[in-house]
Amino acid sequence: MEKPSAGLWRKIKSRYNLVGSTCSKCGSNYFPPRIVCRKCGRESKMEDRKFNGNGEVVSFTTIRVPPDTFKDEAPYIVGVVRLEEGPMVEGHIIENSRPIDIGTKVRTTFRKMYVDGEEGLIYYHYKFEPV
Amino acid sequence: MAGIVGYGVHVPFYRIKVEDIAKVWGEDAEAIKTGLNIHEKSVPGRDEDAATIAVEAARRAVHHAGIKSSEVGAVYVGSESHPYAVKPTATVVIESIDASDHVMAADLEFACKAGTAGVQMVMGLVDSGMIKYGMSIGSDTSQGRPGDALEYTASAGGAAFIIGREKKEVIANILKTVSYTSDTPDFWRREGAMFPTHSGRFTGEPGYFKHITAATKLMFETTGFGPADFTYAVFHQPNGKFPVVVAKQLGFSDKQIKPGLLTPIIGNTYSGASMIGLAATLDIARPGDRILLTSFGSGAGSDSFVMEVTDNIEAKRKRAVKVSDIIGSNKVYIDYATYLKDKDFIKGR
Ligand SMILES: [Zn+2]
Repeated sequence: MEKPSAGLWRKIKSRYNLVGSTCSKCGSNYFPPRIVCRKCGRESKMEDRKFNGNGEVVSFTTIRVPPDTFKDEAPYIVGVVRLEEGPMVEGHIIENSRPIDIGTKVRTTFRKMYVDGEEGLIYYHYKFEPV
Repeated sequence: MAGIVGYGVHVPFYRIKVEDIAKVWGEDAEAIKTGLNIHEKSVPGRDEDAATIAVEAARRAVHHAGIKSSEVGAVYVGSESHPYAVKPTATVVIESIDASDHVMAADLEFACKAGTAGVQMVMGLVDSGMIKYGMSIGSDTSQGRPGDALEYTASAGGAAFIIGREKKEVIANILKTVSYTSDTPDFWRREGAMFPTHSGRFTGEPGYFKHITAATKLMFETTGFGPADFTYAVFHQPNGKFPVVVAKQLGFSDKQIKPGLLTPIIGNTYSGASMIGLAATLDIARPGDRILLTSFGSGAGSDSFVMEVTDNIEAKRKRAVKVSDIIGSNKVYIDYATYLKDKDFIKGR
């Protein structure tokens, strides 16, 4: 069983709510959050930004040979989603009855990512779902 | 006066049909479908639990209410399937809706009525002026022992209601709430036990029917209202049959309970059941409509509410994700073997 680190606690906002960052100088959006803007460098003015969670699939693949953490979940789909606000975000894509393809519109949903054995923590995370 | 300012629902998209369960146990599917008035039930995904369902419902409720989540002063989550024995589901909800750190929060348990008990609690906090808005959620991923009659109905889903008292925000005033509670051993689950135990097929009379009837009749006495004074009524629905029978006994018509009767197509969502029924009823209600809700939780107790829909309901409707859209589209049917795997019921794995 793993003990969660303080670093993990700090990431909860990002993992639950897609909180990234935005540079108020040039308007660039980032996820995961960045401390320094890629364009503005030392001039950057970074702030937290919660993205609305809507986007479209840019790329995806089906995982059939998963790491141990997800051994009971396979096959499952992971992909890259371009959020409406711009950032490209990696994540699991849930298979509902709607087909998944490049360009498929998705929304963010709240799911369990993994469960640490019988006695450890339950890790919650955003996932994407076709709409 | 406290009232509903917003609501949200979530029901997982997986379904299993009565036929698929009955086939495995050699039972007569048609007899079960007729006897329990149930056709299929929702099943949570492997990555869903009472917390994820509560979060989805809570986010929709905040959106529907059109309020700042930082103004929610209390969050209570009622469930009999909280993911942790110690670590409140409510903490996951407040973080995921971005509520303020200065929020009152706790988990509640009262079988299938913990969510409506939470509504009563936040009504008190709102009416006393201690908080501006309070949220109560009923959410469950209930378990039925394989082969038990409960397996046909025990499903997953949840609903969140935000209570406030600003006149221009309230979509339904809650005119009155009363309860009826007794120590009745009709259904229970001990700490650490995977499945609940029930007293058998005769639990309906001393449990469900006695408590729903007593609470509803008390409501009639205290308000002077009778069945004819309501446009709609919603009762707890452990199967599709009990609510139809109790409604008739109390003098309500099938038409009054129809919009809120969802167990036949999604199963019994436990803490979510009567609250999802209320949400579906509010989805179609018009200003001036009067609604009766009586929940039931084994153990046992019933909470009864009388609500009156206001003019604000129409303006907020465009922000509501309708229950019919949530449960009607996007379904994925699974077979019994997948159901066992997804519920982690397979031994030796
Ligand atoms: Zn910049």
